[in-house]
Parts: sequence; C-alpha cells; structure tokens
Amino acid sequence: MTVAVRVIPCLDVHGGRVVKGVNFVDLRDAGDPVELGSVYDAEGADELTFLDISASVEGRETTLEVVRRTAETVFIPLTVGGGVSSVADVDTLLRAGADKVAINTGAIHRPEVIGEITRRFGNQVLVLSVDARRSPDQPSGFEVTTHGGRKSAGLDAIEWARRGVDLGVGEILLNSMDADGTTSGFDLDMIAAVRAVVDVPLIASGGAGRAEDFPPAVDAGADAVLAASVFHFGTLRVADVKAALAAAGYPVRTPVGAGGGHS
Amino acid sequence: MSAPRVVILDYGSGNVRSAVRAVARAGAEVELTADRDAALRADGLVVPGVGAFAACMDGLTAIGGGDIIAERVAAGRPVLAICVGHQVLFTDGIEHGEQAKGCGVWPGTVERLHAVRLPHMGWNVVQPPPGSAAFAGVERQRFYFVHSYGVRADSIRLHPELADKITWADHEGDRFVAAVEDGPVWSTQFHPEKSGDAGRQLIANWLGRL
Repeated sequence: MTVAVRVIPCLDVHGGRVVKGVNFVDLRDAGDPVELGSVYDAEGADELTFLDISASVEGRETTLEVVRRTAETVFIPLTVGGGVSSVADVDTLLRAGADKVAINTGAIHRPEVIGEITRRFGNQVLVLSVDARRSPDQPSGFEVTTHGGRKSAGLDAIEWARRGVDLGVGEILLNSMDADGTTSGFDLDMIAAVRAVVDVPLIASGGAGRAEDFPPAVDAGADAVLAASVFHFGTLRVADVKAALAAAGYPVRTPVGAGGGHS
Repeated sequence: MSAPRVVILDYGSGNVRSAVRAVARAGAEVELTADRDAALRADGLVVPGVGAFAACMDGLTAIGGGDIIAERVAAGRPVLAICVGHQVLFTDGIEHGEQAKGCGVWPGTVERLHAVRLPHMGWNVVQPPPGSAAFAGVERQRFYFVHSYGVRADSIRLHPELADKITWADHEGDRFVAAVEDGPVWSTQFHPEKSGDAGRQLIANWLGRL
C-alpha cells in the first residue's frame, strides 16, 4: 500500500451552520463550517465531507454558499452529500466547488440515477453513502436504513453496496448506525463484509472513540476513515489518528508544516 | 514585477473553481475562459480535466482546444495540464475498449491501471527525476490522485529525451506517469489544486518560470 489512509472529518451542516456540537477553543464562530473546514485542513485532514441535513430549499441554497466559500479557502478534496437525487443536483454541487458528491436515499429510491450521474461526470465523483445496521431480516445480517437509522429500507446492505458499484459509484461511505455516536469502535464485521464484495475505495464511519479504534477499521478493509464528534469535541486531533495509523504500519500523509495546532 | 497572467481553459470540465482559486493563491492573475486569443496570449495556460478521456477530448475539440495547445507547445509557451488534461496530451486513450485520439504532444497510450482497488484515490508519493523543477521543495510530499486510467510504464514507449522528464508513481505495484515536465509544458496526473500546500508549491514553481 503506497496510498495514504485518508482521515476525513465530517461536518453535519444545516442551513449553512454546523449542527453537531463543536468544542474548539480558538474558533471565532464554532458554527461556521468554512472556518471549521480550514482548521481541519491546517491540522492535516486529507479530505472534508459536508453532509447537508437541511430539508428546505433555502437551507440547500445556504449550503451551496458554504461549499462556494469553502472552495475559496480549502485546497483539499471536498465531498458534499445530503438530498442528492439527480444529475442536476450533482452538477450544481460540482459547479459550487465540490469535488465529490455523496448519494444516499436518492439512489435507494431510484438506483438508475447512479448511472446517469457517473456517465456524465465519471465514477470518481460519486460516493454511495450507506447507513447500515445489524438485522436478522437480511441474508448478510446487515440492512440499509433511512431517516438517520430510524427506518429500514428493506435492502441488504452488503448487496446494496455491491449493486451500487455495479451501477457505477466510485467509492462507498459505510456508516454503521449501530456504532454511530457510541464511541465503542467501528463495526469491523460490517466493513469486512462490504470489502469482500467491492473493489472501489471504502470509507469507514461510525463508532470511533479513541485513536486505537482506527487501525482495526483499516485492517478490516477500509481505505479511509471518517469521523465527526471525536474531532468536533476535541477528543482527538487528526494528527492523533494519523499517529495511531502510522504506528500500526499504515502510510499516512504528513503535510508541509502541519503542526497540529488550532491556528 | 506584475503577477503572471494565467488562463484556465474553460471547456465544461467539472470543478474548475478550485483550479482558479489555487492558481490565484499561488500568485497569478487568473482568467477562466474558452477564448482562443486570451488562451494564446496568456503567460501560462492551465488545461484542467475530469471524467472520461473521450468526453474530455470532445469538450476540448468543441472550443478548438487541441489547436490552442498545439500552438502553445510549438511556440514553447507554458502549459500546465491536470488529470485528464494531462492524459489527453498523449497519443491516445482506451476506455471501455474504445480508442480515442489525444493531442499527441507526447507518445503514450492512456489505459486502465492494472490494480484491483480502483479508482486510485487519495494521497500518494511520487518519484520525480533528479533536479526536477516542478517538484522543487516538495519532492517528498504526497499529492492527491483520483483516476482509474493513466500512462503505464509497461506500455509506454518513451523517447529517450522524455525519460528524464517523467515523474513516476505506483498503485499496487503498477507504475504510471504521475507528471511530465517537458520544457515549458508541464502536466500532472494528480490534482495540484487539491493537494494542499504541496500542490500550491508545485503551481508556484510553474508560475515562477512564466
């Protein structure tokens, strides 16, 4: 492996503001995703993900403005997800400055949209975001959920990931809804099960609490690790995660002059 | 000394906003346009590109981009081509069994990498030639790649004089062209505009020669 394991902070954005609590001491405005994105960039984040959880048209417009402002100041890849269901949605986000777009419910409702998007923009722009949990109702033991894990989509999560890749997605973002927010570690079985059926890059998400939680996710088959609250609350710095990955023998990126400070 | 004037060739390629901002922050006065005269007149021309080889060539051809690039190359005028912009400078590309003609500035065929994990996505190390101007100061840094195709070492038949102009990278042991610096014409398979401070340095190295 020569490609560095990517460490990706994720920001939930609602109406242009970060909604999950953020506990950074040096920020002028802890709710501004652009400022927070810059901090993570300076700390050595390899990529940023914004999930737009706005339900309204106005909220979406504000999020687009956040993407535009971020693209002005942050020079690492930016993935934006939330409410994406058409080629036009992707076009709008890419024009605003997103490098990749994550699709979730939109693809569950109409899987053909994956091919429509990737034929136009290439498969490298589209990430299939899978919110999954353990369930005896599906053959693999994992099911896809919607509505923040509250509803079952009636799909086998492993089969859905495989199908998404067949339809054209260039990457999978696998979020364990059981582990999400528990800080008790990633769902390693779920990561391994998806890894066994897809060759595209796999981002593991959900459950990270300590720096030592991250290397096992890569052992299980993840190419990248994504987390929200441990970074926002300052429990962990990006550099802590990279140090743990490096100690486990994985390549990581140490950026020019990254001091790890909140400057 | 005034800032170098750079045109970023606008032919409908994905996220060009980042390229505009990244070149501007490295110290250039930037214009995003498809205008032929502006592209020929500028101190430097950036050719971005994402998506498929054939689609990228179609977009370029629609604005006469191939001729613009050829004129600049013939006149020894600086060009920086990025990602699929880099790929289309070679002879041809093969995607899904279909062959498409490239600009033919350099000999080589763009084809699917021989690796299991594709796209090759993320920050990888590079091996620049000794004395590289492009990577001066950032020889040991990682750059951001996102692609499934490239000019593979196994397939390229290099002109002897091109051999010392190539920066290599590898993915799962498959060696491919990560960058070319051929006099005033530079190209990168990775995205310098998305490669943080390392990318800024590479762009600044290019601007410093305009």
